[in-house]
Amino acid sequence: MESYSRRWFLGAGATALASVGGLTACGSDGGSGGGGTLTAFVYGDDAAKIQVKSVSRFNASAAAKKTKGTVKLQKVPATDYPAKLRTAMGSPNAPDVFFNWGGGSIKAYKDAGQLVDLTDVIASDPVLKSGFLPSVLSAGGLDGKNYGVPMRGMQPVILFYNKTVFAEHKLQPPTTWDQLLDINAKLTKAKITPFALGGSDIWPELMWLEYLVDRIGGPDVFEKIKNGDASGWGDPAVLKAAQTVKELIDDGAFGKGYSSVGYGNGGAPAVFAKGRAAMHLMGSWEYSTQLGKFPDFAKKNLGWCAFPKFEGGAGDIRNVVGNPTNYWSVNARTSNKDAAIAFLRDSASEAYTKELIANGDVPATANAASLLDASPNPEFATFQYQMVQDAPAFTLSWDQAVAPNVSTPMLTEVNKLFVGKSSPAQFVSALQGLK
Amino acid sequence: MPAILFFAFFAVAPMVLAFYLSFTQWNGLGDPRPVGLANWRKLLNDDRLTQSLTVTVALTVVSWAFQTVISLLLGVWAAGRQRNRAILSAIFFTPFLLSSTAISLLFYALLDPNFGIIHADTLGTTSGAFLAIVFVGGWQFIPFHTLIYQGGARQIPEVLYQAAAIDGAGRLRQFFSITLPQLRNTATTSGVLMIVGSLTYFETVLILTQGGPGTDTAILPYLMYQAGFKSYDFGYASAIASFLVIAATALSLLMVRLSGFGAMRSTREGM
Repeated sequence: MESYSRRWFLGAGATALASVGGLTACGSDGGSGGGGTLTAFVYGDDAAKIQVKSVSRFNASAAAKKTKGTVKLQKVPATDYPAKLRTAMGSPNAPDVFFNWGGGSIKAYKDAGQLVDLTDVIASDPVLKSGFLPSVLSAGGLDGKNYGVPMRGMQPVILFYNKTVFAEHKLQPPTTWDQLLDINAKLTKAKITPFALGGSDIWPELMWLEYLVDRIGGPDVFEKIKNGDASGWGDPAVLKAAQTVKELIDDGAFGKGYSSVGYGNGGAPAVFAKGRAAMHLMGSWEYSTQLGKFPDFAKKNLGWCAFPKFEGGAGDIRNVVGNPTNYWSVNARTSNKDAAIAFLRDSASEAYTKELIANGDVPATANAASLLDASPNPEFATFQYQMVQDAPAFTLSWDQAVAPNVSTPMLTEVNKLFVGKSSPAQFVSALQGLK
Repeated sequence: MPAILFFAFFAVAPMVLAFYLSFTQWNGLGDPRPVGLANWRKLLNDDRLTQSLTVTVALTVVSWAFQTVISLLLGVWAAGRQRNRAILSAIFFTPFLLSSTAISLLFYALLDPNFGIIHADTLGTTSGAFLAIVFVGGWQFIPFHTLIYQGGARQIPEVLYQAAAIDGAGRLRQFFSITLPQLRNTATTSGVLMIVGSLTYFETVLILTQGGPGTDTAILPYLMYQAGFKSYDFGYASAIASFLVIAATALSLLMVRLSGFGAMRSTREGM
């Protein structure tokens, strides 16, 4: 405990800071100190039920007996997750295994020496090595090393459209940017908002820039930025993408009130499902959101396609942005590394994969393709699986790919661009100034 | 004695700690690294500080005016003896019983331009977002201040009104010449609470606007939250927190001085 006392003291300081801000810092029970029991933090949304089952399966397994370890799952309320994880990782109550988004979301933990390097573990373990799609597996690491094992469905960003509205106006899903602009013009003339957008949450706005930068400049532009080179924001593709967004807004592509519409509170999905907007650029979870809130719409009228290609742009239309998946990472201070790694192997199991599929997710496991027929919507699941499998590049969502101290001001700048508080040129120079 | 211990442990110690952290760089992991005055220098050169101070002051002044006028009138009314007064007062009081988070979520949904009550881009415009915050805050806290004014108004001796009536003063004249002056101390109490409350206003901004559009409603507590729990720059967040403590203390001392509240002069001189 001795080495912790100082951190403990400072942890209390962070807690105090939280209470000044009106946040209630919640204490965490369980800890890494206890001999056999490992704590696992998971993002506490609906999908966490799959991890609950995984934990009980592992605790009853031979691997648990052999490694003398059991896992206790702690579901952390979704919006608090990153802050709670950070506070816990700085305290003696750090989890042994934790959910994350790979990339920039774990960089600080890696730099602080708090992550187990899983590269050799994965390479020497056939279950883990060949269990997942390679591009997805590598996106969970940093600098060519593996720090995570995929444990949830893939979340590519897809252009969804309302089939009924498209049929009524005799439209086809766009494959090129010009077609998209054409559809945009026709729909605005017909007084239908072309795209639903949950602008008050900001991250849905970011998706537009992510795809446009990829299509205009190719995946290398953001790759450079992700690796810490802020001059990458000066790439002409970023400026062009910002100008394109500005033109879209001016053309009424998102309607008028998009800055007051949220995604999290169901605003944008409702606008889309009720036919007030014809399309919605959103992560693949839009399907399960619609299935939950407007099942009829999801089953009958929901269409999907890839983000169109940009004339003269360097990006392949097969490139994907979004979250490859989520990952389990292991805390370097865990008391039972063998048990933690044995637990990770359950995420590659067929039972785990089947549960993800039954939940409407498309797992990043290599065996998923043959099991997709069991999905609530095999057609959508297959589209999504192939989209990721065939993608020459999968760009991680920018706000997860860069460090938190960059992503916060970056999101503010994105919001400024969308509400017209800054011009495309100002947007670019503000981003170049981020460190 | 236990009270002092509690205060020391839960208020003074964290404050001292935050002040210490403001001279370090710390991302929540490992040990904080001392960086001297870097955070404070950054704070004083941060454009957002000026902007957020302006927003904070504007929010405080407008909220104070909005809440004072309404709660004063409601409080004086509720101190009377009308029929149904008790029932209506109880209904007026309900918003105060709800949590700020619940209220903010409720108004966030109500302000949706497609399915809400106002079909406009309220939260996407600077003035709309600002007024929404003022209104939601008022909606929640007016009941509390109404209660304070009601208590104050009930303390005013009936004889003053009787004497005024004999002198031929109408209800309006009675209000301005008796009620208002007699409520001076009440107004100071309520005002100090409102102003300090506005300085630490947080949940409404977090949920309604996230400091937006752009950074137009990013008040100081929100900046602090963003620096600490979004960017994990706890050193900088601590500098903002310390600044906030200093500013709030200075302001409330100033107000007590200016209003003569500290001297506790009687409002009933000559009686």
